Amino acid sequence: MSNSNFTRRGLLKTSAMAGGALAAPTLFDGSVWADGHSGYLNAPTGSTVTLGFNVPQSGPYADEGADELRAYELAVEHLNGGGDGGMMSTFSSKVLQGNGILGKKVEFVTGDTQTKSDAARASAKSMIEKDGAVMITGGSSSGVAVAVQGLCQEAGVIFMAGLTHSNDTTGKDKKANGFRHFFNGYMSAAALAPVLQARYGSDRTAYHLTADYTWGWTQQESIQAATEALGWKTANNVLTPLATTDFSSYVAPVLNSGADVLVLNHYGGNMVNSLTSAVQFGLREKQVNGKDFEIVVPLYSRLMAKGAGENVKGIFGSTNWHWSLTDEGSKAFVKSFGEKYGFPPSQAAHTCYVQTMLYADAAERAGTFNPCGIVEALEGFKFDGLGNGPTEYRAEDHQCFKDVLVVKGKDNPTSEFDLLEIVEITPRAQVEYAVDHPMFAGGELGKCNPGA
Amino acid sequence: MDVIILQLLNGLDKGSAYALIALGLTLIFGTLGVVNFAHGALFMLGAFCAVTLQRILSLSFETIDPTKTDFLGNPAKIKTPYVESWFGPELGSSIIDWSVPLAILFAIPIMIGIGYIMERGLIKHFYKRPHADQILVTFGLAIVIQEVIKQFYGANPIPTPAPDMFKGSFDFGTLLGFDPNAVIYPYWRLVYFFFAALIIAAVFGFLQFTTFGMVVRAGMADRETVGLLGINIDRRFTIMFGIAAAVAGLAGVMYAPINSPNYHMGMDFLVLSFVVVVVGGMGSLPGAVLAGFLLGILESFSSMNQIKQILPGIDQIIIYLVAIIILLVRPRGLMGRKGVMED
Repeated sequence: MSNSNFTRRGLLKTSAMAGGALAAPTLFDGSVWADGHSGYLNAPTGSTVTLGFNVPQSGPYADEGADELRAYELAVEHLNGGGDGGMMSTFSSKVLQGNGILGKKVEFVTGDTQTKSDAARASAKSMIEKDGAVMITGGSSSGVAVAVQGLCQEAGVIFMAGLTHSNDTTGKDKKANGFRHFFNGYMSAAALAPVLQARYGSDRTAYHLTADYTWGWTQQESIQAATEALGWKTANNVLTPLATTDFSSYVAPVLNSGADVLVLNHYGGNMVNSLTSAVQFGLREKQVNGKDFEIVVPLYSRLMAKGAGENVKGIFGSTNWHWSLTDEGSKAFVKSFGEKYGFPPSQAAHTCYVQTMLYADAAERAGTFNPCGIVEALEGFKFDGLGNGPTEYRAEDHQCFKDVLVVKGKDNPTSEFDLLEIVEITPRAQVEYAVDHPMFAGGELGKCNPGA
Repeated sequence: MDVIILQLLNGLDKGSAYALIALGLTLIFGTLGVVNFAHGALFMLGAFCAVTLQRILSLSFETIDPTKTDFLGNPAKIKTPYVESWFGPELGSSIIDWSVPLAILFAIPIMIGIGYIMERGLIKHFYKRPHADQILVTFGLAIVIQEVIKQFYGANPIPTPAPDMFKGSFDFGTLLGFDPNAVIYPYWRLVYFFFAALIIAAVFGFLQFTTFGMVVRAGMADRETVGLLGINIDRRFTIMFGIAAAVAGLAGVMYAPINSPNYHMGMDFLVLSFVVVVVGGMGSLPGAVLAGFLLGILESFSSMNQIKQILPGIDQIIIYLVAIIILLVRPRGLMGRKGVMED
């Protein structure tokens, strides 16, 4: 008979206490694990790391999604040491060496957002839970971006937003695990309004047609405020359902409203159709209040311009980036992308490529894939050489601040890609706003979530 | 008053598209008894016939221009359409400019062929199956057609402009004594309305005044008896399927300049066209046309700001609301016949 006090029950109690003590730091504050390779969700254990590219592969933005995917594949190739390295050679941070991220080869999985919030969340969830993706990126709609960003925050992975332009993404819906490189509605308005005033004068009355969802609302609010501050009046703002394809009944009353400018707060197929209707109604040939009638499209993309064809000629708008920029970063990216695919990249492709590089760079600098380490590395990060000039990821809202391009539909395009011309590069200072600006108010960034 | 006239005009062209699609749906339902959910896809295929012809006519050869560079800094390749090289720049560019009207001739045989293949290859196997099966198989077919088009043409809308001479709009305001610009209407939409009226008249004329049409009408009324008279009614009904496909296709061809074609455009019209058929009365051709224009005009009026301020969102539900009211008052629809889909 043994006199030992070591009983089976005692062993279980001791094990439970030890386990609890080990788990406590994770439960109470995951950030203390930021310097390790464990203690966070989907910590890569082998020689590879998996990124999740969540883009619209079907649905109305499928072409934009396809271009995003091309950019992601190019970024992965460059990160793993393939190709000519693209913007890695022009990026101001020099920690990326072409040997993957933190020595791990980069692999990727893709999901189809279908430009639907529920489908996008489901595909992101699947990539996180089944494929072990340590970061989710992509998307071509603000509704989707806000939904997936929320999911990534809950799950505990980083979300590097793709094309999302609503103020809300880094406004009332901002999240600690989410980062946006793309510009937003406020910035478009702040850049565009002075150009519009210079071209069309201060005595103008605008009529807004606005897509009825988060991006449309914030874009309209921003451009109305910016133009009214310069003396313009607003005749009306009509919300159009996202599913609208024939805008004739919305365009028909515009001329008789006393307005002499039509602002189309539409994107993608909506913009193509509303602009086509406006041009068919001959608005651009009319005179109202003794002035030529004008049309403005606050957010432009080359793919949209292609869809609208000749109708975009002479119409002003803004864009995050354009392939015709001549800085070294843009030239390197256009060369890499153009030689691989045979045509220049879109702004969606550019922002997605840059977001992947920024994530990889942050992981290298942090020395970990832990989301809290990445957040720490990206907050307040200043960089250059990625196509938009000097840029900063503001710590308070995870929005990138950089110069904004004001563009115009080109009158005499020399090729099928040469559809927009850059009218002005608006400096960052002109489009910057306070963190507590009313258009971005509400919501909390919160704390980073490492997910384990 | 000017606002009312404007929305009335708007409703006419929307109604024209609804009426043309619903007319084809009713022809198929009335002859073959099939509920064809792939009919919207036929409308979309028609629009892509216009896109295809435009691309064929714009086929180009490339020459290197050493004085210009492309986006990568290489010598630029200049594209010259073959038709411009064959017929001279002026006539060649005119031919490309008129690609949409020319696509009418291009689309008729193609759409009849597609309709014929669809009917013989797939739909005939479902005649004796329940309507639910027919709906499922035709809806599935519509999705397949959509995805094939997306594969070849991409997801983005493709600009397919009307000829230059139809650009701009007609000022009804000055004509009717209102302020200039009060009632303007694009020329091409007027063309579309008259084109739709012509097609509708042609279909009715064909059914009313030709022997073939008379047999088809007799078959619609009593298929068995016509068959017993030794007439191959099935063959005629197959041809009618082809004609219905051509009507939907032509509606799509002429609609291409109004809204740039995309792979999804058929679905946008399909559900509304079914509502139109039901409101007009299942199997009634005049009912389909009448309901098409009626619902098009109502939809247009309901999107007026003045009405939306009182009833926000009414433009989204007006068609369904009116459908409910009409079906409550007249369960067979506006011009429905007794005994159709009532067994």
